[in-house]
Amino acid sequence: MRWIWIDRIIELETAVRCVAIKNVSLAEDVLHDHFPARGSRPPRPVLPNTLIIEGMAQTAGILVGHANDFVEKVILAKIAKAKFTDAARPGDTIRYTATIERLDTMGASVTGIVERVNPLDGGRRPMASIELMFSHVDHNRSGLAFPQRNFVFTDLFMDLLRQSGFAPPESIGTD
Amino acid sequence: MTTTQEEVLGKVQEVLVDALGVDDDEVSAEAKLVADLGAESIDFLDIVFRLEKAFGIKIEQSELFPDNVLNDPQYVVDGKVTDNGMQELRRRLPHTSLDEFDKSRSVDEFSNVFTVDAIAKFVQNKLG
Repeated sequence: MRWIWIDRIIELETAVRCVAIKNVSLAEDVLHDHFPARGSRPPRPVLPNTLIIEGMAQTAGILVGHANDFVEKVILAKIAKAKFTDAARPGDTIRYTATIERLDTMGASVTGIVERVNPLDGGRRPMASIELMFSHVDHNRSGLAFPQRNFVFTDLFMDLLRQSGFAPPESIGTD
Repeated sequence: MTTTQEEVLGKVQEVLVDALGVDDDEVSAEAKLVADLGAESIDFLDIVFRLEKAFGIKIEQSELFPDNVLNDPQYVVDGKVTDNGMQELRRRLPHTSLDEFDKSRSVDEFSNVFTVDAIAKFVQNKLG
């Protein structure tokens, strides 16, 4: 398993908005643990809400990182709000829309809307709203030392950008 | 239109309820952000962003929370703020009472100066 919870970026407007999608598959192990059959109750596989928050954090993190050419180490610092009204089932497509509320040298706040695309009719319905805070960690060290290389935006994310048709910067912070 | 002190305090309380996930009745004017309301360092950035939006003002984070003074060896020796440091803090935070802090001057206790009322006074001052 790779720690990437979005499959493709479909819109990226610099420092404004990023839209990404994830297809939920029954081949993913996590769905079989959440929730397994118990007694006479059949299994009810859904993507855990925590991983939906992670998907939004990855979408929003790319948006915030891209705004400064991935020079800053963008760390998820706070989940200010996460409210769910529906669950994502196998066969659904999850659509993440992240919008920057505020971006400065110290960090960023982002609002996110999560929608579920129903495979039966293609209809899109809101399923969650999430507010996240990111810290530009080099500006908020609190006495901690971090490596110089950008350990946040790994090749996994740069490859995703490339595969989605968005050019990553030629070089990001290296040792 | 000028915003009254009471209106400012009310809006600051709303901001803190949203930013810190606390109940309305916890956010009394005297409540301390860290000790009573559980604020952590990233919450201060969140609070600054929310205050800017709520009041339509621009705030430098160092203006409200002068971490750069408290991390400066010129102003802090052995975890205690020096006379020069106190002078600098008073200059930076003219609307915050530092008398209680002056008794210990311990950097670890500095966060206690940030009460709900102190934030409201800061905003009131920014609004002019």
